[in-house]
Amino acid sequence: MDEMEERLAKLKKKAYYTRKLKRATHLLFYRRHQKPGVKGWELKRGLGVDYPKVLKILDSYLEKLDLEVKTVFEGEKPAEKPSREQLDKARFYITLRGSLAPKETKMMGWRIDDIAGLATAISYVTSKKGKAPREEVEDLLRNKLPGWRVDINMNRYIRSGYLAEDGNKQLYLDWRTRAEIDQKTLVELLLSTNSLEKEDYDYEEEISD
Amino acid sequence: MSSKRQRKKIGGEHLQRIIDLCTSIEEKGLDPFLVDVEDILEVVREYFPEWELPEELSLDAETIHRLASIIKLQSDWLKHRSTSLYTDPFLIEEKIRKLTKVELANLFLEVWHPIVEFEQISPHSLTEAIKYWQGLLPIDERWLQTGPQKREAGTVTREELIKQKILAENTFSEDLEAFWDELKEKVGANEKILYWDFVGANSYNETIQRAYLTSFLITYGYATLEIDRLEEEMFIKPYEKPVSMLGKKQVVSIPVSISNEEWMKWKRGLQN
Repeated sequence: MDEMEERLAKLKKKAYYTRKLKRATHLLFYRRHQKPGVKGWELKRGLGVDYPKVLKILDSYLEKLDLEVKTVFEGEKPAEKPSREQLDKARFYITLRGSLAPKETKMMGWRIDDIAGLATAISYVTSKKGKAPREEVEDLLRNKLPGWRVDINMNRYIRSGYLAEDGNKQLYLDWRTRAEIDQKTLVELLLSTNSLEKEDYDYEEEISD
Repeated sequence: MSSKRQRKKIGGEHLQRIIDLCTSIEEKGLDPFLVDVEDILEVVREYFPEWELPEELSLDAETIHRLASIIKLQSDWLKHRSTSLYTDPFLIEEKIRKLTKVELANLFLEVWHPIVEFEQISPHSLTEAIKYWQGLLPIDERWLQTGPQKREAGTVTREELIKQKILAENTFSEDLEAFWDELKEKVGANEKILYWDFVGANSYNETIQRAYLTSFLITYGYATLEIDRLEEEMFIKPYEKPVSMLGKKQVVSIPVSISNEEWMKWKRGLQN
């Protein structure tokens, strides 16, 4: 009889978390606000107080699909286990767990120039303590991109939420950079990579593709 | 006397230059260590006994304020330097210049984990869109030019304007004050009342109107909201006198959903 009750309790628990998982998937995958992602307190309202556990289960499911539940905390990432309050204020996203192959970026509407420009802008602003004059970044971009594309690309990075600009033409790292890019590894990789090739990618070549 | 005035003038110019320097460092993101804080404090200290007029003291306070911002920037800079994210910007710049576009893009792809999201229209919004589309007049009909009609000028009384709903019978502030009195009356000796018990009315339209007025009561400091996060309950607490929150503490906006479902739920709860 005890065993029966135990099995019933297990089944109930499983059904409970299956329901919560579906709800969490809807909340996280479909955009509800102007920006993607869901705040912790919204998840608490939609999933209940044990939402961190639901997210953990969802994350393990998503691992098979090379996706993950990404947590972006307000301010610095806590060194230890985050408190309930920190989690409630954090923003949760679904992101790619692994990395993209160069060919895949074209399907997403990003050209190799755009990505190189984005890498340049983000790593430069990161090295400047997260704030750099737009003029300096544009100068650096001109080194890689045709002049007429620099302004277009810069505005695209700002519009997409990778960079933000204030009234004094200062650039900052914005929400999308915090959600999608591992800045520390980017800087480390940049410093450890030695150029082996000559500039092998001709811009004109790409236009004719 | 004239030498004192001269000294004041020089001191004022000195402080203004310090303010300009600090502001440009802050705005242009220049190296905050360009400012020698001790030297500047010495200057501020030197001229401080000269200041008598409010505008002179205000200039002195402004200088200290700007200097404090520079000290904060210096502290942030040191903190950043001690983190693992710190790298010499010149080194980064050099690397960026040397790497090719492909190399840069490839290394970026290793650290880029784009957000996955869906944007999909629901059957409900599709139905709404179809309804809107069907009710939409053809563009040539919508763009029909209608000439202005000639009307004779005449006079109209205040009562007539009220009747035509161009003017309101009471001013908004009168309505708000009356609503505040109602809140105080409803609260009585209890100090506070459940949000829905105050806002809820017999009809949904009236509830919306009451919620609208309540939001002004809170914004203008006639009342405050108290939220019990544990019980997920919200109370309204009237003040005896309007309190201005401007500049006293951080003002936050609290969105409250007044949907038809919420109102029905409240109404059902009342009936039970």
